Amino acid sequence: MTRVLLVDDEKEFVSALAERLALRGYAADWSVTAEDALAKVKAKEYDVCLLDMRMPRLSGLELKQEIKKTAPCMRFIFLTGHGSEQWFEEASSEGEFCLIKPVRVEQIMETIAEVIKEGKGGAA
Amino acid sequence: MNRLTALLVQAVRPRFLNPPDMAYRGVRDYRRVWFLSIAGLAAVSLIPLLILTLTDYQLTRKALQLENTLRLVRIASNTRRTVTHFLEERISALHFVLEEETYDRLRSPGHLEAVLKNLKVGFGGVVDLGLINADGVQAAYAGPFELIGKNYVGQPWLQEVRAKGAYVSDMFLGFRGAPHIVAAVASDAAKGRGYFLRSTLDMERLINLLSILDLGASGDAFLINRQGVLQTPSKFFGKVLDNSTLKVPPYSEHTQSAVVEDPERGPILVGYAYIKDSPFILMVTRQQAETMRAWMDIRLDLIWFLVASITVLLFAIYAISTYMGNSLYEADVKQATAMSHMESTNRLASLGRLSAGVAHEINNPLAVINEKAGLIKDLLELDPKYNADERLIGHLDSVLDSVDRCGRITKQMLGFAREGSVEIQPFSLDKVVRDVLSFFEKEAVYRSIDVNVAVAPSLPDIRSDRGKLMQVLLNIVGNAFQAMRNGDSLNVTAEPHGEDRVKIRIQDTGAGISKENMKQIFEPFFTTKSGKGGSGLGLSITYGLVRKLQGAIDVQSEEGAGAAFTIDLPLTIREVRNDESAAG
Repeated sequence: MTRVLLVDDEKEFVSALAERLALRGYAADWSVTAEDALAKVKAKEYDVCLLDMRMPRLSGLELKQEIKKTAPCMRFIFLTGHGSEQWFEEASSEGEFCLIKPVRVEQIMETIAEVIKEGKGGAA
Repeated sequence: MNRLTALLVQAVRPRFLNPPDMAYRGVRDYRRVWFLSIAGLAAVSLIPLLILTLTDYQLTRKALQLENTLRLVRIASNTRRTVTHFLEERISALHFVLEEETYDRLRSPGHLEAVLKNLKVGFGGVVDLGLINADGVQAAYAGPFELIGKNYVGQPWLQEVRAKGAYVSDMFLGFRGAPHIVAAVASDAAKGRGYFLRSTLDMERLINLLSILDLGASGDAFLINRQGVLQTPSKFFGKVLDNSTLKVPPYSEHTQSAVVEDPERGPILVGYAYIKDSPFILMVTRQQAETMRAWMDIRLDLIWFLVASITVLLFAIYAISTYMGNSLYEADVKQATAMSHMESTNRLASLGRLSAGVAHEINNPLAVINEKAGLIKDLLELDPKYNADERLIGHLDSVLDSVDRCGRITKQMLGFAREGSVEIQPFSLDKVVRDVLSFFEKEAVYRSIDVNVAVAPSLPDIRSDRGKLMQVLLNIVGNAFQAMRNGDSLNVTAEPHGEDRVKIRIQDTGAGISKENMKQIFEPFFTTKSGKGGSGLGLSITYGLVRKLQGAIDVQSEEGAGAAFTIDLPLTIREVRNDESAAG
């Protein structure tokens, strides 16, 4: 079972998405703050983390660095409602997968599959 | 020659008077500035010129008139001396005879004939000689007439010669019909009772003297007596012994001049002199028109000079004013164009930022709706706890579809601001154009739209973002197909422009764009296809893409007469950053 952590400051969004993923057989947890996310990562192991690019206090990329310290093998997918060029260039330079909200749950599932495949390929 | 004329016409044509319909009309009243400039320059240059020419005209005329008068007076003065001398010489000769001879000797037979002979030899023109005694009776006579014994008592000349010692008569036609005068002198009273010598003088020589004066074709010199009777022949004023048509001038001791109006010959310049001790007045005349002939030539030169100067000045003033007006107008137009271009660029940039901001703000709640609706649908479909109702799922599907549609629009809005990064590769513009047009091939055939492509063969492969350029062309050609009616035509041309740029022109004969729409055509959400599925973002995205390709896009159109989009692109795009394109 794929373990997914969803981090987004929009509780309604993140809780609904977690539930939908759970219905589709994922082990999905969610948090609305960076602190909570970091605590969850420390407490539990995840395969993939879906991160909102814009969080209060920490940006998606900064939070990613923090999480990486605890879980170096974690894969990331970035989600945002803001498709500014700067954002894309930053995320692209990190070689990350990026999705613009709103996004269909099927596309999220495809991306998760892709990220995991790449991670495994990369690891091998 | 024709090119030169065209260039000249181009240089002096006031372009600001009839600016092209679409062009900027300027903030100033150029016509007024132009007129003021012409009027001002003309005033400051022409007024002094006219004053100077007029003054010169007057001065030259006066000087010439004065010179002519002085010349005539000089001739009159010289001639007066000649005439006076002629008469004095003869009077003196008669005096000399009286001094030399005694009364008795003169009376002796044959002596007077001898004296007459001597006088004829010495002076010529002496016709006869008579001795008149103190009683006024002819005592002796030598000459062609029988005058001995003739009594002259009571005749005016005798009284005058008694009183003054000498007398000169008026002219008369005497011997052989030739003009003659009579001159008489009185003996010195100290020598006894006065007696007189009287002689008839032929005036032919004096007339000759007058006739050889060089006075030009209109000149005339003659003598009149104090009653105005002509004493010598005149060319213009009558025959000898007729009354002269010229009035007798007022007496003056010196030579004088006057201008007399002649009814036939216009103003006449007259130099005259009263001849001393004679009834004669010397008249020297010239027609004023002739004396001023030299002046006429000068005047003609002066007028030519004036006309030529004014023409040259007016042309120069016109050219300078027009050049100034054109420069002013062009500078204003340039400034206004730059301003309006900047304005539209700024407006589009801020609109882009605004759209991106709006899109972002909408995207987050949209995502919530998406997930919530999705979750409800999931629950209805997957959780057996809920009784799946097809109608509810149908409603949820349409909610999700709407969210999808909103998402597409907001993503386009983000795209307008973002445009992505550029992927540079060399490619053939001709091929790209044909690839784009191939999408419309079927529609063109079906609607009998005539599509022409002309890409200059000299155009090299260009280095740019092929995908973005295709998107630009697809958008514009797509718009053209929507604007065209069946049977219209579409022309796509591409040709080099300057050294390193290319101009692509997409021209249709469709419905065209109205003036007010032209201003907003590149603005986001501006659409004429509302209700027909247009988001109003197509041309703004196109605009953004062309700018991303370091180019410029422009449109010319007239409502009802089609539209032409011109895209100006560099042949090789400058590399700003070659980032990898991100998925979106």
